[in-house]
Amino acid sequence: MSLYDVQKLIYQLNRDAPLRERFATDMDAVLTGYDLSDEERRAIRDPDVGLLYVMGVNGQLLMHYAALRGFEWSAYMQAMREGERKYGPVRTGLYTSARSRS
Amino acid sequence: MSLVFAGVCSHAPGITGRRDRADPAVRDAFYAAYERMRLALEAARPDALVVIAAEHFANFFMNNMPAICVGMAERYEGPIEDEEWLGIRRTRIPGAPDLSRRLIEEVMNDIDLAYAQEWKFDHGISVPLHFLTPRYDLPIIPVNINCQGPPLIPLKRCYEFGRALRRACAAAPERIAVIGTGGISHWPATPDSGKINERWDREFLAKFLANRREELLAYRDDQTWREAGQGGFEIRTYIAVAGAAEGHTGELWFYAPIPIFAVGCTVAVMNLESKAQAA
Repeated sequence: MSLYDVQKLIYQLNRDAPLRERFATDMDAVLTGYDLSDEERRAIRDPDVGLLYVMGVNGQLLMHYAALRGFEWSAYMQAMREGERKYGPVRTGLYTSARSRS
Repeated sequence: MSLVFAGVCSHAPGITGRRDRADPAVRDAFYAAYERMRLALEAARPDALVVIAAEHFANFFMNNMPAICVGMAERYEGPIEDEEWLGIRRTRIPGAPDLSRRLIEEVMNDIDLAYAQEWKFDHGISVPLHFLTPRYDLPIIPVNINCQGPPLIPLKRCYEFGRALRRACAAAPERIAVIGTGGISHWPATPDSGKINERWDREFLAKFLANRREELLAYRDDQTWREAGQGGFEIRTYIAVAGAAEGHTGELWFYAPIPIFAVGCTVAVMNLESKAQAA
């Protein structure tokens, strides 16, 4: 399991149109290529954008994954806020305890 | 010939992607400042434009992250983002591989660089080009300073990179323009998106425009993170431009926080004829 792999998957999806097509048709097959925990796999599959944010996925990656999965801007913002309410503060990475600033 | 133009501007994706959600009066004044910058850039008659940007995992990832990378391709493509999402059509952008190579070789005397012959522009470059070279007819040399995935290059090295770039431009027969794109304070892609520390931005811009090197290099990332958000790390691109324009001051053409664009929207141009006061 690895946050690194979650981010790498999203990085590659953002760059690679054929991979996006395979992901859309057979998500599980694509995911087997990454070392993911059950929680990470679920968060990607659902998708649970709030949980991905709380896990520490860099927002510059997550922003595009949210758009790819059909989240309009306000819905994407709302999903991150709900993630913090449901799962607590960001666990690791650049945004750790981001909310304590405001 | 030399550096013939130096400036900085914002690059946030909302600037084009969420244009319809901003206050039209402020937005249009901001767009007018980009247009003024386009005209000034054209008046400088550059042969190529170096864009020092902070990209966002379009090309570079934590598997092999360069501190600074310079493009050396014949052509580029962008934006990488969804065209509807960003509000910019995907296109090919000409490069300047021979000039890139000479600049890289010169800069490498002072600063270690990575180079790339393959590069997809993201909003960090595509948003400024949308306004500044809308016909995509000016050859571009992209530069990325890693501002997203720490550890990040120290600010003093960004200034040194700018200085080295200036020397490299002086050694080339071409007329070269440079812009830095990014920040200043912002919390992009977080629930705090839209928060902007205007006071911090204006202080930073005053130091930048006066080109007070010591004050620019006194910023510390932990403090920047607290006061200006993780997006504040992108001051590296401005500091590189300050290094390229060392000895000169600049003029602020536009600054206004536009929350739906998630950034204090900025356009500023250095006056390469001016003299900065010795710090």
